Amino acid sequence: MKPIEAVNDFVVKFANVNGSGSASANELFARSILRMGVPVSPRNIFPSNIQGLPTWYEVRVTERGYLGRRGGVDLMVAMNPQTWERDVKEIEPGGYLFYDSTRALPKSKFRDDIQVIGMPLTEICNSTYTDPRQRQLFKNIVYVGALSALLEIDPKAIETLFSEQYRGKEKLLDSNVKALHLGRDYAASQLQCPLAIKVRRADKVGNRIFLEGNSAAALGAVYGGATVCAWYPITPSSSLAEAFQRYCQRLRVDPLTKRNRFAVVQAEDELASIGIVVGAGWNGARAFTATSGPGISLMTEFIGLAYFAEIPVTIVNVQRGGPSTGMPTRTQQSDVLACAYASHGDTKHVLLFPEDPKECFDFTAKALDLAERLQTPVFVMTDLDIGMNTRLCEPLAWDDTQAYDRGKLMTYERLEAGAEFGRYLDVDGDGIAYRTLPGTHPTRGGYFTRGTTKDRFARYSEAGPDYMENMQRLLRKFETAKTLVPRPLLLPAPKPARFGAIFYGSTSPAMVEALDALADRGILVNALRIRAFPFADEIVDFCNSHPWVFVIEQNRDAQLKTLLVNEAGVNQNRLISVLHYDGTPITARYIVDEIARHAGAHTVVPFKKVVS
Amino acid sequence: MTYIAKPRLHHPTLAVNKVGYTRRDYEGKISTLCAGCGHDSISAAIIQACWELDVEPHRVAKLSGIGCSSKTPDYFLGNSHGFNSVHGRMPSVLTGANLANRDLIYLGISGDGDSASIGIGQFAHGMRRAVNMVYIVENNGVYGLTKGQFSATADQGSQSKRGIVNNDSAVDLVALALQLGATFVARSFSGDKSQLVPLIKAAIVHPGAAFIDVISPCVAFNNHTGSTKSYEYVRDHNEPVNRIDFDYWPKREEITVDYAEGEVVSVTQHDGSVLRLHKLAADYDAHDRIGAMNFLQQRHALGEVVTGLLYVDPQPEDLHAHLKTAETPFNTLGAKDLCPGSAALEKINASLR
Repeated sequence: MKPIEAVNDFVVKFANVNGSGSASANELFARSILRMGVPVSPRNIFPSNIQGLPTWYEVRVTERGYLGRRGGVDLMVAMNPQTWERDVKEIEPGGYLFYDSTRALPKSKFRDDIQVIGMPLTEICNSTYTDPRQRQLFKNIVYVGALSALLEIDPKAIETLFSEQYRGKEKLLDSNVKALHLGRDYAASQLQCPLAIKVRRADKVGNRIFLEGNSAAALGAVYGGATVCAWYPITPSSSLAEAFQRYCQRLRVDPLTKRNRFAVVQAEDELASIGIVVGAGWNGARAFTATSGPGISLMTEFIGLAYFAEIPVTIVNVQRGGPSTGMPTRTQQSDVLACAYASHGDTKHVLLFPEDPKECFDFTAKALDLAERLQTPVFVMTDLDIGMNTRLCEPLAWDDTQAYDRGKLMTYERLEAGAEFGRYLDVDGDGIAYRTLPGTHPTRGGYFTRGTTKDRFARYSEAGPDYMENMQRLLRKFETAKTLVPRPLLLPAPKPARFGAIFYGSTSPAMVEALDALADRGILVNALRIRAFPFADEIVDFCNSHPWVFVIEQNRDAQLKTLLVNEAGVNQNRLISVLHYDGTPITARYIVDEIARHAGAHTVVPFKKVVS
Repeated sequence: MTYIAKPRLHHPTLAVNKVGYTRRDYEGKISTLCAGCGHDSISAAIIQACWELDVEPHRVAKLSGIGCSSKTPDYFLGNSHGFNSVHGRMPSVLTGANLANRDLIYLGISGDGDSASIGIGQFAHGMRRAVNMVYIVENNGVYGLTKGQFSATADQGSQSKRGIVNNDSAVDLVALALQLGATFVARSFSGDKSQLVPLIKAAIVHPGAAFIDVISPCVAFNNHTGSTKSYEYVRDHNEPVNRIDFDYWPKREEITVDYAEGEVVSVTQHDGSVLRLHKLAADYDAHDRIGAMNFLQQRHALGEVVTGLLYVDPQPEDLHAHLKTAETPFNTLGAKDLCPGSAALEKINASLR
């Protein structure tokens, strides 16, 4: 079997044991390639475990900048005997296996159609280090050193990363550099270097940045003016609240008084988290919580109250696989309906769908504005794939001239001047009423907030017409929301296309790649990326202007499609679902295969023409 | 939650307090609770306490959960903002509200179902977090709105109106509050306004988590023979440990009232207000948390209902102190105070390449 040849376009997968210190070494590997100007897209595949279970780290090296998961493995770094069989099996024919050859393995453990590269890592480390912890930790750096020689990664890029990481810690810096060269030197002298897959310096990274969606969303909350964060630990959202705390300690401490312009409460559960956010929002502070599916389930009673009592609330839902505990460390887009209709009674909520960390930042800040403008819960629907993986994205940007939109707040001055105040009075016809904050005026503007029905002046009322008027106004408010949420983005095909495709959230990088691949195969697709619910009218127009529209989702039940049919009146016969829900991020290969299969059935273009 | 508006006519000679309000200005809508309900007496005590304390009504935020007790914030302080939230979840909503604006007085009203059953978790964690609030449980041992089921504070062996005996042991919220770190813990009786009003005043000026468990008989479902939460039972078994005079002097003013030595203990609070505890139980020390816990358990075993100011920490800390939050209320901060700006963001971008 001919070895795979590729420059700046291959996938390396590391199979490790959780808790062995491999994560930072693997990230070092990915970052060093980035420093050579070649885009990478790494992904953690990890168990619900702290130590001992298998964990993988997949790095896609992609000069063309395709940041979705590709599928398939060209080079497997097999460091975990527990998963040896499946790891070896996963390698593409002609691919490479790098392993620790300290203990000899029988021939039956290998494959004939792959290149095997053995290196006695344990032996090298045992003879170099005496401390067991060092033997383990430096083993990771030693294999990174070996890989740098095998793949022609510039060692200077790695050394620079070390010097940034261990600034002021010379001893650590030296020992890491030493371990790196230990691996490099062994590979250079004992192994066939370089392989036919390699990295070549390029200029394809530009000024893009490399960060996790959860950190970006946390920064969005800092920039968007959130002062109260209440949360309960749950994978994959915990790192969001922790990042908010960290960034606030850096950016939100009053320089004079040394006091905090933020409050983070790790609550006793998700009910309390959302309760704290509701209380803070009611009282005029920007507040948010970060959670995942099970947390949303627990919060739904409060979400209904916030909808009906009209209280600004921002919820970042880092989605994972459900239902129940589901797949807590895997990704999905399976809370779309649960969030769109969260709570009992007739409720509908605003959802934002970020595609990457940059939009996690933008949309979290935007959600805080929207929540106050619309006086309602707003969900930022990210997921584990965006949230917990370091992703290359456009640099974060902020317009300093832009003020926060505090929405319709009745001031002391206006009350004093005799302005009419009805908490649920639609004075502007947009469904949004004015609110007062507690303590605004001694005798005017006070009102009683309740989840029970009320009239326009917030007086308790069980009268049917009062109830209906209020519910109708909430619908008008939802229409107003349509005009305020991020608009969908059209990715037109190079030539007029019969097929449409709708996608959202973390499907984005795989979709962009799939569209190119489909175009190469002569299948032209106009694609529309939905960025928010309620749906803008152009989404309906898009569906109506294509005989068939693929809806690509990462859930079993075609949840966004359901929402399109239910809420936008789209003819469901036009919609063809492409669904991926095994917990791994969707790939371009999968999308291409599914669309091509359906396109074959639905197209009038002769099959021969497509394949020619 | 009433359809009936209260007449606004005031008697011209009604007394005005230091901030210019009559007692009527602290009233709310007409109660829709049953005639004789203990809860209405508590509302009246809150009105009295706020008027006497010269609290501006709009500087109070009243929050509650769901149930008969949680309806009452509509019946006092009509010009204050109120929030009738979710069953058992008032503590979290109050915590959030308090974080948003530390300058208001937060009055949480709850019931025994709301705090000891569905909301026992939030009750506990609100106390643990030392939220600066007055937390009043209007405790009648029974579910009123749903017509007479036992609540978790009903004493073991007590009987419902229909003669059913409660087998479950009771939750003692006062004991819990003491154990969980509340810095002001009291118990009172809705039928004893002379004890309750000064306790509420003292709780309002206490800058930490202040909890008052008020036994408040339910005339509809829990005021019969065999109940341990009836007017008659509580009057017969009430064992006050102290009587409180609440004197509020701003720090710089001279204290001008004299008390006889011996039976009176003065507690100067953080803001300069002074509580004078007339000791009724000779060996009771309201500064001794562990002693209070023991005393309560011993007397409970004898069937007594211990009331009074059971524990107070004169130098409490609250959640804002723990979180080192800024003095300026969060809800008044704008982009200028909160947004680090584009230059800082550029630095962050640079560190991520």
